Amino acid sequence: MVSIDIETEDGQKEALRRMMLIRSFDDTAGTLFADGEIPGFVHLYIGEEGVGVGACAALEPDDYITSTHRGHGHCIAKGLEPQSMMAELYGKRDGYCNGKGGSMHIADVDAGMLGANGIVGAGPPLATGAALSAAQKDEDRVALAFFGDGAVAQGQVHEAINLAATWDLPAIFLVENNQFGEGTPVEKQHNLENLSETAEAYDIPGFTIDGMDITAVYEAVQEARERARNGDGPTFIEADTYRFRGHFEGDQQPYREDDDIQEWQSRCPIDSFASRLVDAGVMTDDEVESLRAEVDEEIAAAAEYAQNADEPDPTEAYDDMYAVSVPELTMFAGRSVRADGGSPTNTDQ
Amino acid sequence: MSTETGTTHGKSTETMTVREAIREAMREEMQRDEDVFLMGEDVGLFGGVFDVSNGLLEDFGEERVKDTPISEAGFLGAGVGAAATGSRPIVEIMFSDFMGVAMEQTMNQMAKMRYMFGGKTEMPITVRTTEGGGMGAASQHSGTVHTWFAHFPGIIAVAPGTPAAAKGLLKSAIRSDDPVFFFENKMIYEQSGEVPTDPDFTLPIGEASVEREGDDVTVIATQRLVGESLQAAEELDSELSVEVIDLRSLYPLDTETIVDSLEKTGRVVIADESPISYGTHAEVMARLMENGFYSLDAPPERIGVPDTHIPFSPSLEQEVLPSAADVTAAIRRLT
Repeated sequence: MVSIDIETEDGQKEALRRMMLIRSFDDTAGTLFADGEIPGFVHLYIGEEGVGVGACAALEPDDYITSTHRGHGHCIAKGLEPQSMMAELYGKRDGYCNGKGGSMHIADVDAGMLGANGIVGAGPPLATGAALSAAQKDEDRVALAFFGDGAVAQGQVHEAINLAATWDLPAIFLVENNQFGEGTPVEKQHNLENLSETAEAYDIPGFTIDGMDITAVYEAVQEARERARNGDGPTFIEADTYRFRGHFEGDQQPYREDDDIQEWQSRCPIDSFASRLVDAGVMTDDEVESLRAEVDEEIAAAAEYAQNADEPDPTEAYDDMYAVSVPELTMFAGRSVRADGGSPTNTDQ
Repeated sequence: MSTETGTTHGKSTETMTVREAIREAMREEMQRDEDVFLMGEDVGLFGGVFDVSNGLLEDFGEERVKDTPISEAGFLGAGVGAAATGSRPIVEIMFSDFMGVAMEQTMNQMAKMRYMFGGKTEMPITVRTTEGGGMGAASQHSGTVHTWFAHFPGIIAVAPGTPAAAKGLLKSAIRSDDPVFFFENKMIYEQSGEVPTDPDFTLPIGEASVEREGDDVTVIATQRLVGESLQAAEELDSELSVEVIDLRSLYPLDTETIVDSLEKTGRVVIADESPISYGTHAEVMARLMENGFYSLDAPPERIGVPDTHIPFSPSLEQEVLPSAADVTAAIRRLT
């Protein structure tokens, strides 16, 4: 059964809520980052919500996804909790990765979320592997790789598609073509007009769809999932979309014009879906606005939780390296003087 | 495989080669756990380019012995994804020189996922790959690269020097929930020795093995150079008592065994086929210095490839490859 059935009114409302949650999460993350509250760097998914939510809605709850450096939206779409995500952005102990991953590495393997990923193009081989695992165990699971248009130029992406196609694995390759690979327009990075033509090289179905339309994404992924589960192998989907923010927060964006941004903003996946629901009588304008307010409140509470959550103990830096720890970690940890000037907690053996 | 059997320390053993030991380790672990599977180039129909996996396809079928395209980044990455989702892959990289094209998935995914995810994933993958010169395969098929992996946090690296070590360590590697690189020196596949027959025989990763006891000099060796060092020790037997240790595990490294030996002999030769600068030798030497400096009677000696690639012409190749004669010369310099 799909994760969110957007053919029902309840499902439509939930899909809208999920997109709003992503928007609010990333708006808040952007502000907190600018305020110096969140360390490192953040890449926001604003503008692309229809792709993540449409795709994850069509997947079943046990299915796997791999994500990208722009992963907050995929996490929320897959059902991860904003509170623990925000705590991770803050580097707090209660974050999804106990503060060891941050924005670019949020993961929840039990929920089928195999990680945001700081390496462009690294997700597809992992998705092929998850699909291989599912096929070998004869599980009713598929693996969907989200990756950007920039990743289509990476060799390992093509290797992953070739393997999945050759072995008829239950995988879905979903390119979020947001028109820019970092700061360079897509047409300066690829010779193909539509990136979905890539599929022809692997003799698998390939489609380019409107990624600003959540239902188009939902239908394409539902069909691809069906094909994957029937043993007919992977599908390559290109969702045309746009990131309303820069590549990273703080990006001066010399590579594009305000007019272009405004044109795409007029096709905002959240606003357009909300108007459709209002037109169809599923929701009233007031209901849409109160849903937005509810979501904003939830995200504000998540941020407050994260701000007040505990920092990890410095000695946790030595945990989680291995399933069975090695003597070296104890030996060398004992030589590290705490940042606060305190003594090493471990003694050299 | 020889059917000749014997006993060592009261346990039944049989004589087998390193190649057979590796094949049996895979066979036994695949029988024991249905989540274990093997994939790589020519591992199935062809039986492995060095004949190591010969017969496994017939026993386990193509779902569990998977021939892959020549696509190391793709299938090693798929191994990582499979390991994160409940499988226990053994991935063969035909020559370790090919690891260059698969390093991204190794260093940024396999090695880091557990840590980056706060411990919330398993990574039970074993990567088997061949190393070493000696067969005229030239620079791109003869390298010894294990130091890269022993250096990289998040990876376990082992490099056996005997059939028993090969079998026991590979079984432990496959059972481990951590990523293990298993380095096979291709020149010792035919080397034979006694191997315990117990299907639950494993060797703990992180323990070196004293292969020959001695009092005057310690040789800490890996892979092919374990046999070469034992030969050197034998040749010097009438004049010197040489201890030979098979390091077995590059990371974690058994500091205690090597320091105990240093304390006994005061003189150490480190013999490993890595290029010498920044090689495995350097870490072994650092551990000895840090933990046994005052037991040293002479500066330790390093035997390895003298910072060249492996040349093709046999006369050139023999020049740079370390052998028993090099170990003997190093021992003589120390005594």
